[in-house]
Amino acid sequence: MSELKRTPLFPEYEKYGAKTIDFGGWDLPVQFSSIKQEHEATRTKAGLFDVSHMGEIRIQGDDSLAFLQKMVTNDVSKLKPNRAQYTFMCYEDGGTVDDFLIYMLKEKDYLLVVNAANTDKDYEWLVQHQEHESVTIENVSDNYALLALQGPKAEEILQALTETDLSQIKFFGFQTDVQIGSVKDTALVSRTGYTGEDGFEIYIDQAAGARLWNELLDSGKDEGLVPVGLGARDTLRFEANLPLYGQELSKDISPIEAGLKFAVKVDKAAEFIGKDILKKQVEEGPTRKLVAIEMIDKGIPRTGYDVLVGEDKIGFVTSGTQSPTLKKNIGLALVDSKYTEVGTELFVQVRKRQLKSVIIKKPFLSK
Amino acid sequence: MNLPNDLLYSEEHEWVKKEGNKVRIGITDFAQDELGDIVFVELPEVGEEIDADEPFGSVESVKTVSELYAPVSGTVVEINEELEDSPEFVNESPYENAWMIVVELSDEAELDKLLSPEAYQAFVEED
Repeated sequence: MSELKRTPLFPEYEKYGAKTIDFGGWDLPVQFSSIKQEHEATRTKAGLFDVSHMGEIRIQGDDSLAFLQKMVTNDVSKLKPNRAQYTFMCYEDGGTVDDFLIYMLKEKDYLLVVNAANTDKDYEWLVQHQEHESVTIENVSDNYALLALQGPKAEEILQALTETDLSQIKFFGFQTDVQIGSVKDTALVSRTGYTGEDGFEIYIDQAAGARLWNELLDSGKDEGLVPVGLGARDTLRFEANLPLYGQELSKDISPIEAGLKFAVKVDKAAEFIGKDILKKQVEEGPTRKLVAIEMIDKGIPRTGYDVLVGEDKIGFVTSGTQSPTLKKNIGLALVDSKYTEVGTELFVQVRKRQLKSVIIKKPFLSK
Repeated sequence: MNLPNDLLYSEEHEWVKKEGNKVRIGITDFAQDELGDIVFVELPEVGEEIDADEPFGSVESVKTVSELYAPVSGTVVEINEELEDSPEFVNESPYENAWMIVVELSDEAELDKLLSPEAYQAFVEED
């Protein structure tokens, strides 16, 4: 077995009581105190996440826009400098290569922030499809530490450490050269996240990551800031119905099936990989759709459990847990489009038993 | 690690307390700490037969499901119904409030295969 990879923050975990796990080849904290406490802190105050394992791929050059337009489903021509856009990269058959943010640093200069486990695959997919375009494609993942500061107190906590007026950074906007606390390197700060809360993602030179982490935690302590692990990151994103690659999206699940049409612009001027199938799915409706379910019988739906109507398997659970905020046993399931109306009763195979659930409105939690 | 002296332990991290020809069963402090916040406990029904080393129920944390493996064979004569509404007892009080089932033993000799507190501690530490 190969050695697990570590982020620049790894040496800091222990003093905050982290329990680490192997997450796609990375040795990352699943929790610091408890998933429930960290979840609650992020919803009501603030949480700090080390997400330095995320991959960064930089695309520059005269044809960078045209190249990206070919590779991804969203309309990158709408993106302006200092703005980020959520998008998918798809296969010809509409399945998903990855979902990620594109940051437009300046004209002809973009940064893709991709799922850690997909970084090498994405990079190779991009390189493979570079034809005549004049672009450079660079995997710069090792350059960055990435911290996410999330929660209703996030702005107040970060503002106390910087002269940059954070209120000027709008949702999905970002600013570069932000000086934070006594950290010498400047950071790129975007108003983005994966929790359903207000907050920021902070990109900084990997060597400065630990210092930034410790200063944020010290400074935010009185506001209730705590370090948060992957366990609560997952429950937070799940309650907000943000998809997780490998569960709601995969090479076998298209973004249209996952209900994420807003980032698939089938009518944009440029041709893009997967367009024909995705356009057909938009026009005719996909044969499977992602629905939200709540358990009526006692039990928790989990990833991979079968969903049944009578004896027939009509789909499967993509994510499920007991929601720490709502205290309900809820899940997302990809099911046959015939059974997607709110109020429909579906059965979930939980080990030996078939337990009753009902389709409810998405999202579980809205702000 | 809290390991009461008057209990026996299994390699699947259950504790067993002998009460006449019956035993009371729960999971260890080590197990609850590894699992994290417990949000659901699934137990058998009174009257069900359970077999040693076979699953008899499950505990679910926010993140995972873990099967409970029977440390002994026998008939379930009592279950802790309070765990249905208060699964957090497993974290807060693994040896007292969070007992799970009481089993009437079908073969008392099975108890000899269980571990003493010292042996269980050594087992956990080498893991």
